[in-house]
Amino acid sequence: MDEAQGIKIVDVRYAFGPKPALVDVTVALRTGHFTALLGPNGAGKTTLVSLLSALFVPQGGRISIFGVDLARDPLSALSVMGIVFQQQTLDLDLSVRQNMAYFAALHGLAGRQAGQRIDACLARLGLAARQAEKVRTLNGGHRRRLEIARALLHEPRFLLLDEPTVGLDIPARADLVAHVHALCRDDGLTVLWATHLVDEVAPEDDLVVLHQGAVRAQGAVADVLAACGARDVLGAFQNLTAPAPAEAVS
Amino acid sequence: MRPAGIYLTCMIGVLWREMLRFLHQRERFIAALVRPLIWLLIFAAGFRSILGVSIQPPYATYVTYETYVMPGLIAMIQLFNGMQSSLAMVYDREMGSMRILLTAPLPRWYLLASKLTAGTVVSVIQVYAFLIVAELVLVDLPPLGYLAVLPVLLLTGLMLGALGMLLSSTIRQLENFAGIMNFVIFPMFFLSSALYPLWRMQESSDLIYRICIANPFTYAVESLRFALYLEAAPVSLGVVAGSLIVFFGMAVWGYDPRKGLVHRRGQG
Repeated sequence: MDEAQGIKIVDVRYAFGPKPALVDVTVALRTGHFTALLGPNGAGKTTLVSLLSALFVPQGGRISIFGVDLARDPLSALSVMGIVFQQQTLDLDLSVRQNMAYFAALHGLAGRQAGQRIDACLARLGLAARQAEKVRTLNGGHRRRLEIARALLHEPRFLLLDEPTVGLDIPARADLVAHVHALCRDDGLTVLWATHLVDEVAPEDDLVVLHQGAVRAQGAVADVLAACGARDVLGAFQNLTAPAPAEAVS
Repeated sequence: MRPAGIYLTCMIGVLWREMLRFLHQRERFIAALVRPLIWLLIFAAGFRSILGVSIQPPYATYVTYETYVMPGLIAMIQLFNGMQSSLAMVYDREMGSMRILLTAPLPRWYLLASKLTAGTVVSVIQVYAFLIVAELVLVDLPPLGYLAVLPVLLLTGLMLGALGMLLSSTIRQLENFAGIMNFVIFPMFFLSSALYPLWRMQESSDLIYRICIANPFTYAVESLRFALYLEAAPVSLGVVAGSLIVFFGMAVWGYDPRKGLVHRRGQG
């Protein structure tokens, strides 16, 4: 595994029956960078996340994670990935710590090693004081923090988050976005953050705009803005995802 | 190839989670205990006077109807537990938590086998709780039978759990689960040797008898019946083991993102 090779998605296709979800998608993520995958609802973001997390298998094209072909060796690829899904995936009847311990076991971590990592991850996400509480009693923001803490437990190098701020209030959303940016900056994590909210994209990020299953633009935010003649991310997003004239009439 | 320790840790983790969930769901445990007890204390008591059970292996003498139905009720606990696990898997898939299991860096067949093993252990605990109560109430089984039945309980629990897992891979929505009750649990239970000996079935209808002998649940019941009396039923054990392989193989196929039904329906 060679981390310098980054994440490569090449000519990936996927369809649900006759309905195409992704059409020849090619994306390259730079190692150690925060990449925002921006697209309106139904653009294909969740399908792409499902393909990256090996829940789906591409019907064409290939994906490599730090040089490892995902189709050939999904287990090695998954072992370096931390994933936060759009739907919450916590066990509500278990405590914060029990949820962490279960995930640790799924990644082969047990005993003192698991305990130390759980302590560290909970402390980092500000959840140490809540570790005995049942997840059911946590608010939405804390649940999302817990999912991120859990995703970091096995010390992944690639963090994949699918609309992690859905359902959060504005302060909790801003807090989460800042926290993951800090993780990327401090730990050199490669991050793919799927969202439909333009204010979650920072000027120093990389940006991929996905619309109707196709990549409309990608690169550093400044480069994307320059390429489509927009003043800000919102303008670029509107330009790149605007319906074609015929589409607009219909 | 991952170290064996990782596989073991994963299975222990899945088992531990299943046990925690079971302990948190007291109603599930009570229901698992009360359901067969109602059959034993009410249904069997009523039928005792009108149904005679002739001497047949493994029984050395005439037995009460309560004694006859015990293996069927044990298998019923495991059948319901298998279906309950199936329901939990459908729920987990709809709620998304199944994704955490399926994205662990271990082979999918192994993750599903861990889940199946965990569900089976829970079913065995339920069975022993029922056996203790039944022993206190009225049923008299050979003391060593309680021990001898353990490996068979594991096998039948795995087989019925694998059937539940297979069904969970085919059910798209939680609402469809009610159909399982009507089309799987009740036919499997009633069209077997759980409540009546097969010769009685044959006397009343040859077609029903043939369905009974094609039903893997019959062989689970007979495996348990013989094990409780310290005897082996090789044919029944073979059918149960074969059914386990088929059901589990199909369940793994159902959860394979390239081939299975879950993929075709666009779910994780």
